[in-house]
Amino acid sequence: MSSTDHVKTLKIDGRDCSARAGETILDVARENNIPILRLCELEGLSTVGACRLCLVEIKGARKLLPACATAVDEGMEVTTNSERLQSYRRMIVEMLFTEGNHVCSVCVSNGHCELQAMAQTLGITHMHLPYRYPKKQVDASHERFVLDHNRCILCTRCVRVCDEIEGAHTWDVMGRGIDSKVITDLNQPWGSSESCTGCGKCVHVCPTGALFEKGRSVAEMEKRRQFLPYLTLMREERQ
Amino acid sequence: MTPEELEEIRQNELEAQQSVPQRIHVCVAAGCLSCQSEAVKDALTREVDHRGLGGRCKVKGVGCMGLCSEGPLVSTHSGQLYQHVTAADAGKIIDSLDAAPVSRLAISTDIPFFERQKKIVLENSGTIDPERIEEYIAQNGYRALMRALTEMTPQEVIAEITASGLRGRGGAGYPTGLKWGTVAKAPGAQKFVVCNADEGDPGAFMDRSVLESDPHRVIEGMLIAAYAVGASEGYIYVRAEYPLAIKRLKTAIRQAERLGLLGADICGTGFKLRIDLRLGAGAFVCGEETALIASIEGKRGTPRSRPPYPAMAGLLGQPTLINNVETFANVPPILRNGSAWYAQIGTEKSKGTKVFALAGRVRNTGLVEVPMGISLREIVFDIGGGIPDGKQFKAVQTGGPSGGCLPAEALDMPVEYESLAQAGSIMGSGGMIVMDESSCMVDVARYFMDFCMTESCGKCIPCRVGTYQMHRILTAITEMTATEQDLKLMEELCDLVKNTSLCGLGQSAPNPVLSTLKYFLDEYKAHVHEHRCLAGVCQEKATV
Amino acid sequence: MVTYGSKPALPSADKRWKLVDATMRKAGGNGRGLIETLHTVQEAFGYLDEDALRYVALSLRVPLSRAYGVATFYHFFTLKPGGRHTCVICLGTACYIKGAQHLLETMQQTLSIAPGETTPDGEVSLLTARCLGSCGLAPAVVYDQEVAGKVDPASLRSHLEKWAHHDS
Ligand SMILES: Cc1cc2nc3c(=O)[nH]c(=O)nc-3n(C[C@H](O)[C@H](O)[C@H](O)COP(=O)(O)O)c2cc1C
Ligand code: FES
Ligand code: FES
Repeated sequence: MSSTDHVKTLKIDGRDCSARAGETILDVARENNIPILRLCELEGLSTVGACRLCLVEIKGARKLLPACATAVDEGMEVTTNSERLQSYRRMIVEMLFTEGNHVCSVCVSNGHCELQAMAQTLGITHMHLPYRYPKKQVDASHERFVLDHNRCILCTRCVRVCDEIEGAHTWDVMGRGIDSKVITDLNQPWGSSESCTGCGKCVHVCPTGALFEKGRSVAEMEKRRQFLPYLTLMREERQ
Repeated sequence: MTPEELEEIRQNELEAQQSVPQRIHVCVAAGCLSCQSEAVKDALTREVDHRGLGGRCKVKGVGCMGLCSEGPLVSTHSGQLYQHVTAADAGKIIDSLDAAPVSRLAISTDIPFFERQKKIVLENSGTIDPERIEEYIAQNGYRALMRALTEMTPQEVIAEITASGLRGRGGAGYPTGLKWGTVAKAPGAQKFVVCNADEGDPGAFMDRSVLESDPHRVIEGMLIAAYAVGASEGYIYVRAEYPLAIKRLKTAIRQAERLGLLGADICGTGFKLRIDLRLGAGAFVCGEETALIASIEGKRGTPRSRPPYPAMAGLLGQPTLINNVETFANVPPILRNGSAWYAQIGTEKSKGTKVFALAGRVRNTGLVEVPMGISLREIVFDIGGGIPDGKQFKAVQTGGPSGGCLPAEALDMPVEYESLAQAGSIMGSGGMIVMDESSCMVDVARYFMDFCMTESCGKCIPCRVGTYQMHRILTAITEMTATEQDLKLMEELCDLVKNTSLCGLGQSAPNPVLSTLKYFLDEYKAHVHEHRCLAGVCQEKATV
Repeated sequence: MVTYGSKPALPSADKRWKLVDATMRKAGGNGRGLIETLHTVQEAFGYLDEDALRYVALSLRVPLSRAYGVATFYHFFTLKPGGRHTCVICLGTACYIKGAQHLLETMQQTLSIAPGETTPDGEVSLLTARCLGSCGLAPAVVYDQEVAGKVDPASLRSHLEKWAHHDS
């Protein structure tokens, strides 16, 4: 097998890029500083392809494909920012805003929130969709952290980091559809969880203010994620 | 088991059957069972015993005879069919064996309902006892497996299926031979075959009927597929809501194992296959193949992004062949009669027959099998006998929550994958619901959206929130509170959900809305502008 | 303090746990057998309670939250005990077209409960289903395991009354 089998060339938004076989479109875009919006994906965690914000057009493909979960192929021509894609993205972000109860002005993550930033990037100023105003709970039973379901967008980063990095699998999703909800252990107050180690990784990977540290007031919760690439790197070394 | 031994079982069974000159068949599939057909069977058996006719007349339970709405159904060896039979009729029916038929109960079998059908998948339904493997063998059962194992290479089997033109009956119509070829070529230490018996369409029961009436056919199809692709483990993923199908499958598996047709070293060829059942637990999305795999692995049935397709990386990451019940059920007759025989049935791109569960506002409801290419009109009006109570036909729905509603203009369209898709519906797995003027098409669209919303797994945003938002608008329309703006927003949502959802559930959830918008826009407009429901369904709701 | 040995303690001395254990053994004793095992628990006990979920999860070495997530994903599973009688109304397409919605409304009004709920006296549970395979007899209802076809609101009400009388 020649080495060229391992190198793929492709075009992203008209730019020639080269990639290693097995890399995703998102990996390659990142290496080439081509921004692709994403919410569920986080480097260092497994990919779920659930938020659909990273969808891209691929020449010759019938369907839009998620950049985070699609492996590169030789000669691929990828478009990441057509007007059609942007309008889909706006609508999807709107869906998140109207699904939960997101009130930025009183949120601990105001100014540091990925959802809020994304709305700004996409130029969303008002909602076409009506708000759902669901009744959701806040779980403040943990001694150091709070879970506010009103702000949860079900990206499942907390579930994955707890399972894959911390190894506790305290979090999972219960129910289905619009009634889905993240839970700890047997859907019990977080503070009573037997498996939670209190490590706080979930809090720091959460893109919004759904998970935060106690004692923070509006706009004070900044998330620190440097542990994730660090731990990933160290574990690779160990294997 | 050798081909000779199989033939011997066949001959013995045929002789045993012929030694009893008179036979009475009672349908014991789900439809008739729910009209107490078991009691009819018991009464007939008792009566035969009582009259000491044991050696001359045999009463046996058989699978679905098709005309479910007129059950319990009973037939005799002379081909006489009886409807609405009760236990009290037992004596009369036995009297009639040597005399004229009981005219009060008789239905003639030369009506279009029976004459226009073509039975391949259902060839044994309603004639054999599904709980006895010998009866299946007597009808040439397991002969195709013998032929494959002793005369053909796996490649030849795949070539034969490819040449037959068989396409997947689970809905999408993917060429079966092509799929088998991919799994066969995929590298993997262990391969799996999976039979998709989740049958999620909420108005369809084809697969259930096949499993209840002729389970060995599906097992034989899986065996042949496993041989062709090199799989050694198989699963049948069947809904827990189908207890009778589960029971009969278990019996069938046990019987096949006992005869050495399933298990290790099948027919002394070294080929082995184990088949296990896995029970679904009430989730439509688990019919989607990646969700189905997650469910077999004991997880939440959430789909994942494809590629990789299960043919490359499925169960436990290994190459996995997933086919529908009816797809597998077509395999034995294809190998028995040859691909050329099969390929001459149907149309250029859609070969063979399709089983439909015909229901709704139509005179004859039940299970029918028709050649591809037949028109919808023939199914609804000839086979189905048209609309009862002097009402007008309005629409026929195929494909369930992933399909669409077709109007009278589409009735002359041939039933094949491409033309149905072009008209805005899909072939689907075989649900066919007829609606008359008493159905409001907006209400029907709302019904299907309600289904998709409750069945959405919640993993991806467009499907999770989009089905909710569309359902909200459809509900507003039926409650006469929606505006023109809402209609526009709904079209936008349809486009978004269709194009950005992760799996087929979301991608096809807008279909019932889109097809009704296309053909019945006037009904939407009447609700929105005139606050009027043309069918009178929605007004009724507002006043109740 | 809970201790986690190699085998968790049985939730009770109930003999039915033997069935559950057998299913787990047959399914390989790992997480892949979770759904099979939950089916057995529900069949044996009628529903899945917290003790059962905990026992099954620990035995199969499945995280508690995953077991709970699975149990609540599938609508066939229920976490609450059912009533003495159950009435399942089919809301499949064929039954819907033939007026199953009216049946459901009748039940909800008569019993003052929503689908999935049980009357406060524990007598009747109201459930819905998506196609019972009796579409030819639509609308269909299941009264305590027994399927009835071509049901109308009046026959539904009289069936409820029959239940009420038998119990008094
Ligand atoms: C939401 C959804 C539900 C499905 N339900 C079923 C089903 O109940 N039965 C089935 O055979 N296929 C179902 N399918 C199709 C399967 O994913 C798959 O394509 C099929 O089983 C393949 O078999 P075939 O090639 O023999 O048709 C479903 C697909 C989707 C997206
Ligand atoms: S980042 Fe790719 S789907 Fe969410
Ligand atoms: S739709 Fe009710 S039984 Fe099929």
